[in-house]
Amino acid sequence: MKRTRQPGISRRSTLTLMGAGALTFAAPWVARAQAKTIKIGMPTILSGRVAQLGTSSRNAVTMEVEKINAAGGLAGRQIEMVIRDSKGQPQEAARVARELVNTDGCELLIDAEASSGAFAVHEVARDLGVFCVHTNSETSALTADPKQHIPNAFRTARQGVHDSIFGGSYAAAIAKGKGLKKWATCSPDYAYGRDTTAEYTLYLKRFAPDVEIISESWPKLFQPDYTEVVTKILQAKPQALYSCLWGGDLTSFIDQANIYAMFGQMEVFAVNMADYTALTVVKNLPKGIHSGNRYIKTFPATPENAAWGDAYRAKYNEYPTNWSWENATAMMLIAEASKKANSADGKKIAEVMRGLTIKCPFGADGTVTMRAEDQTLIGYAIGWGTTIPQEPYVPDVKAGDWKIILELEAEWKKSKGYT
Amino acid sequence: MDAWTFARPSSARRNGNDTLDLDALASCFTSSACLVTQTTSGLIIGMLLFLVAVGLTLIFGVLKVVNFSHGAFYMFGAYFAMTSYQLTGSFALAMLCGAAGTAILGLIFERVFMSRVYGADVLMQLLVCYAFVLIFDDVVRLIWGPEFRSMGMPTAFQVVPLFIAGGVVPPYYLLLIGVALAAAIVLGVGLARTRIGKVIRAAAYNPSMVSALGINTGLIYGGVFAIGGLLAGLAGALAAPVRSLTPGMGFSVLIESFIVTVIGGMGSILGALIGALLLGLIRSFGSLGFPLFTEGLMYLFMVIVLVSRPSGLFGKEVA
Repeated sequence: MKRTRQPGISRRSTLTLMGAGALTFAAPWVARAQAKTIKIGMPTILSGRVAQLGTSSRNAVTMEVEKINAAGGLAGRQIEMVIRDSKGQPQEAARVARELVNTDGCELLIDAEASSGAFAVHEVARDLGVFCVHTNSETSALTADPKQHIPNAFRTARQGVHDSIFGGSYAAAIAKGKGLKKWATCSPDYAYGRDTTAEYTLYLKRFAPDVEIISESWPKLFQPDYTEVVTKILQAKPQALYSCLWGGDLTSFIDQANIYAMFGQMEVFAVNMADYTALTVVKNLPKGIHSGNRYIKTFPATPENAAWGDAYRAKYNEYPTNWSWENATAMMLIAEASKKANSADGKKIAEVMRGLTIKCPFGADGTVTMRAEDQTLIGYAIGWGTTIPQEPYVPDVKAGDWKIILELEAEWKKSKGYT
Repeated sequence: MDAWTFARPSSARRNGNDTLDLDALASCFTSSACLVTQTTSGLIIGMLLFLVAVGLTLIFGVLKVVNFSHGAFYMFGAYFAMTSYQLTGSFALAMLCGAAGTAILGLIFERVFMSRVYGADVLMQLLVCYAFVLIFDDVVRLIWGPEFRSMGMPTAFQVVPLFIAGGVVPPYYLLLIGVALAAAIVLGVGLARTRIGKVIRAAAYNPSMVSALGINTGLIYGGVFAIGGLLAGLAGALAAPVRSLTPGMGFSVLIESFIVTVIGGMGSILGALIGALLLGLIRSFGSLGFPLFTEGLMYLFMVIVLVSRPSGLFGKEVA
């Protein structure tokens, strides 16, 4: 009898396909469980105008990973960093983050993106449930807003509201002392510039109610020429100026304001001045600009911080940036949490990391804490001081009081409906 | 504590002068100090723009090519000047290097690459230019690094600004305006009165006839690119002491230069001068009256000119 084959997939083929499928899908997990190394994925900005900060993030992480691996790795597993360029685009950051986990087999993520990309990577972490540390986004809502909260995501970056509270109180003390009532602001026209300026002036007025903002300028991000902004500020004749311009925009503004002798006519408060990226680039740095600390090796004035800054400079032939210490702190926390959990598993690291306090060169009192309630870093060094044109650039930094910062932050959260 | 609210907008925004502040603009017109400061501010912005835009318009006028990579010459001019200043400490030499370096670069760029696509489709020309925008940016990144740099103001110009009728005028900006004006006059007179100028104008009008007369048109085209590169490089060199240097810095200048050439009329040198000065003044006074619409004003002005005179203000005066 002749047998004819029925059309469609036979039972045997179906079983074979299912087996092959199961093997294909299970293979990464099997391989991962057996792997000696642990891959940590890191999307960051390695091209474009912010590339210098992304590179400094990569440098800091690489430096810390070398130390961790030399000490035995994470629970005996050597760390292998997989670092990819997001070009500063949120959609690319999300795609890269997903690919790092799904294709490259990364078990942990270091999200070294600016705020725009960080929110995109945060959604990837929410979706995949992968352990993630946001190292560069300073936007307060990322961890303060309960809607954003996921148990597997942490933040080691400084937080905008912390800086604004202390920055406002520092400026208010000077405003009262010198009678600075008329203020102008000049900040980049995008979310960071708008939010940070609003929060700063809010706290400035809170501590010095007489202060009046008489002029605001909102130059475009990466604007090459600030002449009309400088002359507008001069026309307004303020007694003090606040700016959160940063990087090349800040140095351009300073160079162009300098030739109008603007810095002799008003007190200037530029939160992003005291970062080596700006301090070392400006050739004619005016004396006496007030700035928040971003990263300087002399604040906190401890041997540990100085040694870390020097080691970084010796290795990379340049100074670390604000993003550098934030990324290094992430690796220090992961290493300590892994040691305590005796595991490299993301969930176990996350459990230990909540509320974890570690010794850290960047801590206000030599330690930093990953606050359990919103999984964000507190206790890091916050300070303001005035610049001089040569090292140490900000010789005398006034340190912020974390007790007051935390009290006012709690009040701020309440007012925003976050608690 | 209760009296303190967490309302986001600061006082100036509540007052409404964030978007529109006609009072500030009106009071500026009644104050000589403000008028002087804002007018010189507009002249500075305009003159730098003119130097870049005039090269763009000259190249279009003669070769009928929209040189999309023109901003790169501005960038190279700034980097050449910075390096030269760091090596020699001479500001004059830095300006010379910025201008001469980009002139040579312009000549090479035209002879080796652009000359091959003259007869090609406009899209092909744009593609070649855009490719070089990216290549030049990467070259700068490779040589000078991806981070922003600063040349610093020469010591001779680190002086107290002048006060003219109460207005503030930095001496360096007076030099900048003077150099740009001199360049405009030399270029204008050179094209109108000299033999080379006449040949260039003839080549723009009828290249075949010029070639038939035994004149090397390739040399003229290369020369025009070199002049364009020189002027953009000079603008970059003059801007280097006051603007941060970064790969890609030519792009934003290029966009504004296009607006200038569209307003002034493609191919018109006088148009480029008037267009650039108008844009400078719009930005300068616009920042007082329309703080959030300064850029918008420039585009609005361009639209008005395009609607009323599609060929630009001086569009018929082909160089």
